[in-house]
Amino acid sequence: MNALTVHAPVLLVAVPLLGAFGVPLVGKLGRGPRNVFVGLIAAVTAALAGLLAADFFAGSGAPNVYVLGGTMPLPSGMTVPIRIMFEVDGMSAFMTLITALVTLTGAYFSFSYWKERSGGSMFFSLFLLLTAGIFGMELTGDMFNFFVFLEITSIAACGLIGFRVWLRKSQEAGFKVMTLYTLSGLFVLLAVALLYGEHGGLNIAFLAGQIGAAGASLVDKIALGLLLTGLAMKAGAVPLHMWAPDAYGEAPAPMSAVLVANSQASLYGLFRILFTLFGVGVTLSTNGWILIVFAMLTIFVGVTMALVQNDIKRLIAYGAVSQIGYMLLGVGVGLVRQASLVAGGAALADSANALDYGFVALQGGIFHMLNDAACIGLLFLATGAVVRASGTRDLNKMGGLAHRMMWTTIFFIIGAFALAGVPPFNGFASKFLIYEASFQLSPFLSVIAILSSIMLLAVFMKAFQGAFLGSKAGLPPAAGEAPLGMLIPMAVLAVVVVAFGLFPGFFVDTIVTPAAKALWVGRDAYIGAVLGGG
Amino acid sequence: MNVGNFPFVIAALLVAFGLYALLFKRNLIKMVIGVSLVETGVNLFLVMLGYRSGGAAPIYTFATAGERMVLPTPQALTLTSIVIGLATTALLLSFAVFVHRHYGTLDVRKIKELRG
Repeated sequence: MNALTVHAPVLLVAVPLLGAFGVPLVGKLGRGPRNVFVGLIAAVTAALAGLLAADFFAGSGAPNVYVLGGTMPLPSGMTVPIRIMFEVDGMSAFMTLITALVTLTGAYFSFSYWKERSGGSMFFSLFLLLTAGIFGMELTGDMFNFFVFLEITSIAACGLIGFRVWLRKSQEAGFKVMTLYTLSGLFVLLAVALLYGEHGGLNIAFLAGQIGAAGASLVDKIALGLLLTGLAMKAGAVPLHMWAPDAYGEAPAPMSAVLVANSQASLYGLFRILFTLFGVGVTLSTNGWILIVFAMLTIFVGVTMALVQNDIKRLIAYGAVSQIGYMLLGVGVGLVRQASLVAGGAALADSANALDYGFVALQGGIFHMLNDAACIGLLFLATGAVVRASGTRDLNKMGGLAHRMMWTTIFFIIGAFALAGVPPFNGFASKFLIYEASFQLSPFLSVIAILSSIMLLAVFMKAFQGAFLGSKAGLPPAAGEAPLGMLIPMAVLAVVVVAFGLFPGFFVDTIVTPAAKALWVGRDAYIGAVLGGG
Repeated sequence: MNVGNFPFVIAALLVAFGLYALLFKRNLIKMVIGVSLVETGVNLFLVMLGYRSGGAAPIYTFATAGERMVLPTPQALTLTSIVIGLATTALLLSFAVFVHRHYGTLDVRKIKELRG
């Protein structure tokens, strides 16, 4: 383990954060140096994430603790950890990979996409700030730091949504999203305050140890309810989704993809809280069923609302909302099954090795986060290219783009098929795990999930037919293929989509299973890494 | 002075008033005020958690031996939260300014291009 790997968790936050404040300065030198600087920061961040994940997945799987300002989590003679720390386990490492993929492609796509004369530096500054916040949420081992990073992402994300102040709708969206983000942040803060008042600590491992030892008190359960509501709101689960289509729809196209990664970071927080912070200490099956209800509503409402859209970006945005439901479904089924296994006295580690359907559902839900980030990212980027070429977002006014934009058309088809769960693309691999596992809990769940996927395919066919097919007579004369700077990021995502679809077994074994195990059985290791013992 | 649970009641009331303003007020500025009220309520709650009657400031040389010292964590949290609150309020108000510039109104019933 070299110094770079050891310090990777803190560098993942520090590099984009310092980059964010450096961009306006470098931007004074002109567009070229600024793009080089942002490209460098994004590449270094992604490389660090790759390094962190590669090191973790090649290692023993024990959580890594990175402590700021000291070498030990516990000062000598104390039992309450007071240091600020990052804690990396399988799930965190997995999430950093997703974020790295989306932010890297988003950044490089933006260089060609963002052609406005002014404001580019501020745009990239907010983008890097958002990146730093997302990585912070995924790596932190402290509840209050989680809240701080959550608010950093909220402010930066809303800055990006409302960045184009000359567009009416973006301002409306910005206000709406900021209000709901702030409210969800305050719910989380109130829950953090309640947990602090009850246990006198803010460290996730310490709180989990306390709750595990004494069982969850009423105050803990109120805090859990607030966290569930706040984070489900930030993740865009129906019925708290009203901000999500506005945000994804009105943000600049490459940033919509990053916003999806932001929503996934909130989902990560939700899973971390349910599995690690509360774990088997509270009635898991109730939580699981709550997630399943959220999931069913999200899948169904997301897809049906996508069906009636005529604005291509808003259509994709509702598609993105519906995918959050699949992740919630997988994890919810996992929680319900885990509760019944624990009640039956079964050893969780054995059930993971025996591929119990609860564990498979969890694998599916987690794998789908990565797949969704890749294919919804691809779709948003392709949509950005389409909107730039046709000059409109109204599906009724565009058409015939396939004549001029062959590569964008291909990438759009790959993304659409993958998201709708058509083999051999990656969406099928993870959705199949979810269908298979949720069928064993209740056939009803998988029927709704499969039907919604089919409807989603219809939705994308509508978008595809509206934007790409038809005569080229109505095309604006300037409409042409997207520049290479936009095609390459799309190609990278398309390769990921196809690779994960063709070799799902390899990726499930190497990265998804450790991540799922970190949630399924990793609670004691997570606590033990900070408090010793265990 | 012992104030009992009174400040907790005030904190809960502030949060409730803020949520009321968010849900039922039609003016964007009043909604921002609602968000601020919720935030103030949560901050007050945090401060109250850290309050110990008769506690000394957590500076080792100031407190006499055996005296109870106050853990400064909640105060630090509150300060952070106030700073974040300032940023969100400023951003919300600037969005309200731009919305007014585009739509000519602050009434949410008239600002509805993003529906469905």
